[in-house]
Amino acid sequence: MSVDTAQPTKDDARTTRRKPRRRSTKDRLVIATMIAVPTALVVWLVWLPALASVGLSFTRWNGFRLENIEWVGTQNYRDITTIYPPFWPAIQHNLIWLVFLFVFPTVLGMLLAVVLDREMRGSRFYQTAFYLPVVLSLALVGFIWQLFYSTDQGLINEVFGTRIDWYGDPDINLWAVLVATAWRHTGYIMLIYLAGLKGVDGSLREAAAVDGANEVKTFFNIIFPVMRPINLIVLVIVVIESLRAFDLVWIVNKGRNGLELISALVSQNVIGEATRFGFGSALAVIMMVISSVFITVYLRIVFTQDQEEK
Amino acid sequence: MSTNTAPAPVEPETPPTNKHAGGTGVLNRKRGTIATVVMAVLAFVWLFPLLWAVYNSFRDYSYTQANGYLSFGGWTLGNYEEAWTRGQFSRTLLNSLYITVPAVLLTLFLSSLVAFVLARFSYRFNLTLLGVFLAANLLPPQALLIPVFRMFRDIPLPSFLSDTGTMLNSFTALVLVNTAFQMGFCAFVLSNYMKTIPHDIYESAELDGASVWRQYWQLTMPLVRPALAALATLQTTWIYNEFFWATVLISRGDKFPVTSALNNLRGQFFADTNLVAAGSVIVALPVIIVFFVLQKQFVSGLTLGSTKG
Repeated sequence: MSVDTAQPTKDDARTTRRKPRRRSTKDRLVIATMIAVPTALVVWLVWLPALASVGLSFTRWNGFRLENIEWVGTQNYRDITTIYPPFWPAIQHNLIWLVFLFVFPTVLGMLLAVVLDREMRGSRFYQTAFYLPVVLSLALVGFIWQLFYSTDQGLINEVFGTRIDWYGDPDINLWAVLVATAWRHTGYIMLIYLAGLKGVDGSLREAAAVDGANEVKTFFNIIFPVMRPINLIVLVIVVIESLRAFDLVWIVNKGRNGLELISALVSQNVIGEATRFGFGSALAVIMMVISSVFITVYLRIVFTQDQEEK
Repeated sequence: MSTNTAPAPVEPETPPTNKHAGGTGVLNRKRGTIATVVMAVLAFVWLFPLLWAVYNSFRDYSYTQANGYLSFGGWTLGNYEEAWTRGQFSRTLLNSLYITVPAVLLTLFLSSLVAFVLARFSYRFNLTLLGVFLAANLLPPQALLIPVFRMFRDIPLPSFLSDTGTMLNSFTALVLVNTAFQMGFCAFVLSNYMKTIPHDIYESAELDGASVWRQYWQLTMPLVRPALAALATLQTTWIYNEFFWATVLISRGDKFPVTSALNNLRGQFFADTNLVAAGSVIVALPVIIVFFVLQKQFVSGLTLGSTKG
């Protein structure tokens, strides 16, 4: 190969962070390509569309001819917040989704991880049981829970002798869908915490036990603070998951009638009856703005961890 | 259902009486028993939906209609036959395969390139580069839907890649979109993994005259095989399960992968719960097999990404 290898001295091999030696043209081309091809793909399919969404959100467009794009300023945003009926319910549902995920499956997942982290008999089996739903798609989860929620053939109605349309009744279907989501979400959170707890130094816990601290104290004073970076990551994951939530409501009723979510509203404006690209883009931008706050938080955590390791 | 029953694993209690016995990680007996019971109950609750689906998938519709679902009996394989043909699973499963396999391979290949550069060299733009990929991974896909959808409608593809002639309704589109989204996670995990490779190896490889490409392909890639295996498992399940893009970019029935085909089956199946059960088992089976065969890879893949080390 064509690298000039004659001159490198022994001592610069020891210091890893030094000025890179001059590489051959071929090597530099290879490095450039290694970065350029994946970057081009992600810029083309993620970053340019993101920018385009922002641009389109200030226009009115039916999605056909480019010259029909009509600049309307902030009209779409004003319409969304004032005269678009499903918007505020959707925001509310997304918020309920977020709070619910935190209060039930996230806390439960954390507790499960704390207990299963011990040398408990059958721990492996329990772990498998809890994260088995994690491998299923949320659309399929919605399908499986139909076995419980069906009005005339569902298990719940059969056991309680009721005839409730769990997926259809706009007052309760959000909760029905949330329970199904929780079934999958708990195992996911448990897994993340289990991995994090492996990093908790056993001697810390031992010291606490010697000091006579009980389990609850040990957890709050020792384990929880050590898990701080994981808590932050979980926070971001939960926020982003609840913002992206889509599959389940789409499979149930395409995000209508009690199951409005912002993600579903965007999709309805593109593949629904009316193609309102400008309006849909404005909804998309609202999603993007909310998520970018948390993405920034996430990147900061990840990058500070990175710095600490160096 | 009772998913909301919080367990009480850490009952407040008097401090342990004998400090000498009992290792650090082991629960004492009383608490151990409570924990075991709570865990066993919860584990059963968690497995129940799947077990219930399997159970009812083998039961005859007319039998359950006559005797209710809380009965026992009426065994049949008919639901599977019917679900298989009506759901056109032989085609949708194959479609899923055509999307998942290339997407996983492409994702791993492209992200390993980025990860290698990030781990091997310390350029000033490294952090920015990682940010570009990672943030893309977290962005809600719905936020990009409109431009991507519109663009794909106008991009012509040669007929061997798409028989509709455009990227809309083509497997190519799904492969590329999935790849673009998943690269961030994989590049992140892989570059962390690659950073554990001692730098001296590269130094000596360079002394031997190995080009950058050879260092990547013959030195780094074999060493990161465990991470690649873990990511491959994880990505296979994720891309197989991917629902949003498959729903919005594919509108032709013969092109649907399994997950988005559920959308169409809903109307046909929801009147017959036993059919729903059989269909669910068919869709779940591939990922559950992957999960049980490669469980270790799956778990380590997820945990590689969420924490470090």
